[in-house]
Amino acid sequence: MVSKGLVIIFVSLTYFGFSQDFTNGGSFTGNIESTFQYLNNDTLIGANQPAQKGLINSYMNVFYTNKNFKAGMRLESYLPRIQGYPNRFDGTGIGMRYIGYVNKLVDVTLGSFYEQFGAGLSLRTYEDRALGYDNLLDGARLIVRPYKGIVLKGVYGYQRLSFQQGQIVHGDGIVRGVDAEINFKETFDSLLNDNWDFGLGFSFVSKFQADNDDALILPQNVGAYGGRFKARYKNINFNGEYILKEQDPSNDNSKIYNYGHAAIFNLGYSKKGLGILLSGKSVDNMSYRSDRTKDLQDVFINYLPALNKTHTYNLVATLYPYATQPMGEVAYQAEVLYTIKKGTKLGGKYGASVNLNVSTTYRPVHHVSGFSPLDSTGVAYSARPFDKSDSMYWRDINFNITKKINKKLSFIFSYFNININNDVAKISNDAKGMISSHIGVIETSFKINKKHSIRSEIQALFVEKIKKGLPNAGGINDKGNWGTILLEYTVSPHWSFGFMDQYNYGNPTESKRVHYPIFTFGYVKDATRFSIYYGRQRAGLFCVGGVCRFVPASNGLTFSFTQSF
Amino acid sequence: MKTIFFSSFFFLAFVFYAQETDLKQLPSVDLTDLKGKKVNTASLGFKGPVVISFWATWCSPCKKELNTIHELYADWQAETGVTLVAVSIDDEKTKNSVLPYVNGKAWDFPVLLDPNGDFKRAMGVNNVPHTFLIDQDGNIVYSHNNYAPGDEEKLYEEIKKLGAK
Repeated sequence: MVSKGLVIIFVSLTYFGFSQDFTNGGSFTGNIESTFQYLNNDTLIGANQPAQKGLINSYMNVFYTNKNFKAGMRLESYLPRIQGYPNRFDGTGIGMRYIGYVNKLVDVTLGSFYEQFGAGLSLRTYEDRALGYDNLLDGARLIVRPYKGIVLKGVYGYQRLSFQQGQIVHGDGIVRGVDAEINFKETFDSLLNDNWDFGLGFSFVSKFQADNDDALILPQNVGAYGGRFKARYKNINFNGEYILKEQDPSNDNSKIYNYGHAAIFNLGYSKKGLGILLSGKSVDNMSYRSDRTKDLQDVFINYLPALNKTHTYNLVATLYPYATQPMGEVAYQAEVLYTIKKGTKLGGKYGASVNLNVSTTYRPVHHVSGFSPLDSTGVAYSARPFDKSDSMYWRDINFNITKKINKKLSFIFSYFNININNDVAKISNDAKGMISSHIGVIETSFKINKKHSIRSEIQALFVEKIKKGLPNAGGINDKGNWGTILLEYTVSPHWSFGFMDQYNYGNPTESKRVHYPIFTFGYVKDATRFSIYYGRQRAGLFCVGGVCRFVPASNGLTFSFTQSF
Repeated sequence: MKTIFFSSFFFLAFVFYAQETDLKQLPSVDLTDLKGKKVNTASLGFKGPVVISFWATWCSPCKKELNTIHELYADWQAETGVTLVAVSIDDEKTKNSVLPYVNGKAWDFPVLLDPNGDFKRAMGVNNVPHTFLIDQDGNIVYSHNNYAPGDEEKLYEEIKKLGAK
């Protein structure tokens, strides 16, 4: 048993480190999080009471460092898991553990680790607890810093697929990778003056999974490799990464033998009071998992960031979110942030800031002439980077103005126009074709005195009618219009009280024109937080950073506790 | 298996409580600043107290907190010599928006990038915003999760306590 051995090593080394230098007992950091739910039946919104009635997720991280020694572990507990969490999480046990040694030259880790090569297009392992996402590598990692500005990395391991009966379940395939990075400015002090900065990086990742297919000869070792650069001249930044993936017939790509690619670039200009960013991304056949038979969010080796703004207002963030299509997309994004100076006519006494963001995503062109998917090569088409078609998957145009009126009162006005192609990026079973929505939000903050404040949000979402040429054209698309109000009263530094109501007043079915009220209460003392939610939660996609999971409707009480130490 | 598991757990719990009254030193993690330069968190190299604030471009209360401190920052620095370091946990999806945002808002304090959450994990941060106060010797003396308007006053009181030592 690997985990048993590791625990023994962990404990003995921790003890060793502790006794060796008792006066400087090293340092412990970590955190605890626990979420409890008690759910009711609510037929109106389709929420069901689970048989156990009460559900609870708990986590505790403990990290120990003492001089050059480090160790850490996470205990997890699902008794049973809270609603909407991946259904293969159960039991209590160790979900992550490592030991390691660090000095100026080397950094060695044995056990679980999180790693990212460059932008993550070839390899990224990370945990996002809110999503139940954890694709950590279990194995060994070596980082070497042979000279200033140069970093070399090597990783070897199996990925975490799930957590069952209190134990990590690994993915089927092994993952290996090396990465090298050089930052010229640090390596060659004298070469570049302060106006310049330049860096390069290269990565090579490979996975091995046995060929268990009777009909096809599958590549057992599949590589993904490429390079990246970053450059800065004065206020201009430019960076990019390109990764090529070898033939990897999988469930995701219907077992084609195409190569895949992912490319991304960012060009930015900024000075005090002004920031501009242009980004582009091209992805084709880039689902790269350590098990070719898996789907959803399981054992991804790489990370393909969605190229759009991460929204925070309830109706904007949760009703029509977008996640990258790993099978292919071409995306662009532009963002401008400008601060209007204090004392000008528009800026007033406190100044104001204006933010504009536009993002679009299209289907890439697949050149199919001359290719036969059924021939012996198995190559289905050819694709070139940034070769986009007219078929739109997503477009988001949004702007907001932040304006402080006086010491007590400030506003944020926002507008969003979001278009999402429901035939490709499936978001709703009720929608047809392109969903076009317009959302307006007015956020008001009012400071009553030094400690007491009120904040409110008024949000309205309008959905355009079903487009021409589709069944039921001219009818209400998806769930129709929505309105949300939110009120929050805070007493610094401990208390908060809130109320939110989402109202689906425009639903085409009259019985589904439902209110989703929710009450919240929070108490914070330093690094401890208690919060209580009571009310209705609608079904929908819950997304963090372009990765989403489906959350069913619920009605009930949620209690959560977090502590950092 | 179970015995080992629980004994290690209680052992750790014991060590943790035994030293609870002690101060804690900052973990050592390599981050990059907005000019692409590597910065080690254990040797930030600032004189006087340091405030480390974890934030993200998609986190409204975080931005509210940092914009509030931005307005007070010149006074705070003059009176206590404090340095604020804002650590962005934006990942690859939004990381490139950090520099335009920071410059667009004309923030005067250093900003570090933690795109894969290494420092966030090492500091035991559950969610953002989370703010730490570090004394001259690198010990964590105060931390606060969340932000409500007025919390900056409490933080400033804690900073002033350090100055009085």
